[in-house]
Amino acid sequence: MTQVLSIALGAILINNFIFSQFLGCCPFFGVSKKIDTAVGMGMAVTFVMGLASIVTWLIQTFVLNPLGLGFMQTVAFILVIATLVQFVEMFLMKAMPSLYQALGVFLPLITTNCAVLGVALQNIQNGYNFIESVVYGVTGGLGFTLAIVLFASIRERLAASAQTPKCFDGFPIALISASLLCMAFLGFSGMKIW
Amino acid sequence: MNFGKQLKEGLVTNNPVLVQLIGMCPTMATSTSLTNGIGMGLSATAVLICSNIVISLLRKIIPNKVRIAAYITIIAGFVTMVDLLLQAFIPSLSESLGLFIPLIVVNCIILGRAESCASKTPVLPSAVDGLCMGLGFTFTLCVLSIVRELLGAGTIGGGLITVFSQPATIMILPAGGFLTLGCVIAVMQKILQKGE
Repeated sequence: MTQVLSIALGAILINNFIFSQFLGCCPFFGVSKKIDTAVGMGMAVTFVMGLASIVTWLIQTFVLNPLGLGFMQTVAFILVIATLVQFVEMFLMKAMPSLYQALGVFLPLITTNCAVLGVALQNIQNGYNFIESVVYGVTGGLGFTLAIVLFASIRERLAASAQTPKCFDGFPIALISASLLCMAFLGFSGMKIW
Repeated sequence: MNFGKQLKEGLVTNNPVLVQLIGMCPTMATSTSLTNGIGMGLSATAVLICSNIVISLLRKIIPNKVRIAAYITIIAGFVTMVDLLLQAFIPSLSESLGLFIPLIVVNCIILGRAESCASKTPVLPSAVDGLCMGLGFTFTLCVLSIVRELLGAGTIGGGLITVFSQPATIMILPAGGFLTLGCVIAVMQKILQKGE
């Protein structure tokens, strides 16, 4: 239990996917202009990361390991994730059309979010068992959501009020605010649950 | 076909990271030292050239509907090759880049070039485009990693020369990555504005 708790806390705060591992930066900067879309994106990523952790762990344990195909890991995982995203997309289109509309183009883009492939590979590298993998996947997604929502609220205010030198306009100033946010998250490093 | 013009486009005016703003995760994560930066840049370049060539060869065979899945499979194949080669011949580099070698698969630069260039153009121009864009990526990584390594670790060239002994460690931590990239992009925008 403590093991699971420390994985969860680590994935959300201490080893946050964006602020300490740089996984998933593209959507982090691309979809963080408004809070609503940021929340939607975070939820979708959390869902896909959880599902991907389950499926890739099963594939690694019951298909790749017994057959000695460990070297096919990258290829197998990315295919699984691409299919998974496609299925989620079709399911949402049928079952929850309103959410599907709100997420729009971001759904297919989750395939190329490195946080999803990253979490699948890390589960295997760290030797997590099934439950730990699922917890790591879901909480990693929650950490991503936390980061992207915080950042989106900063950016909304920045766009409304900040005066920056002309060459810092737009993207560079966003990166610098991300850096400050990241320094704040540094405060969690060193925290541990025994 | 104009190699010089394409090279300039890849390095400066259409630089994948600094102007197109894609492929940022590996850029910030692996620019902690010059050796890491160059290693990552060249591995991605190798994958980019090979995948561009193969995708360009197959561009008339791959059906439009499943093209993204097909591209990703081709890219993943080359990434696995690069991963295994690095593990066999440069184990130290493979260890320090770690997770980010398999993650070249989801590097937006490679998929982006496949979609916008290799799927439409003949083999040779696609290969040249891959080379130029890859060099642009490597160049950005070099600039970033030199700045970060100098300020954050006080050394140049992966610990070859020690410049000063009390570095600002924050620069090689993630926060420094965001900060450096922000400043470098700002400088780039300044230069491009002057050129206009």
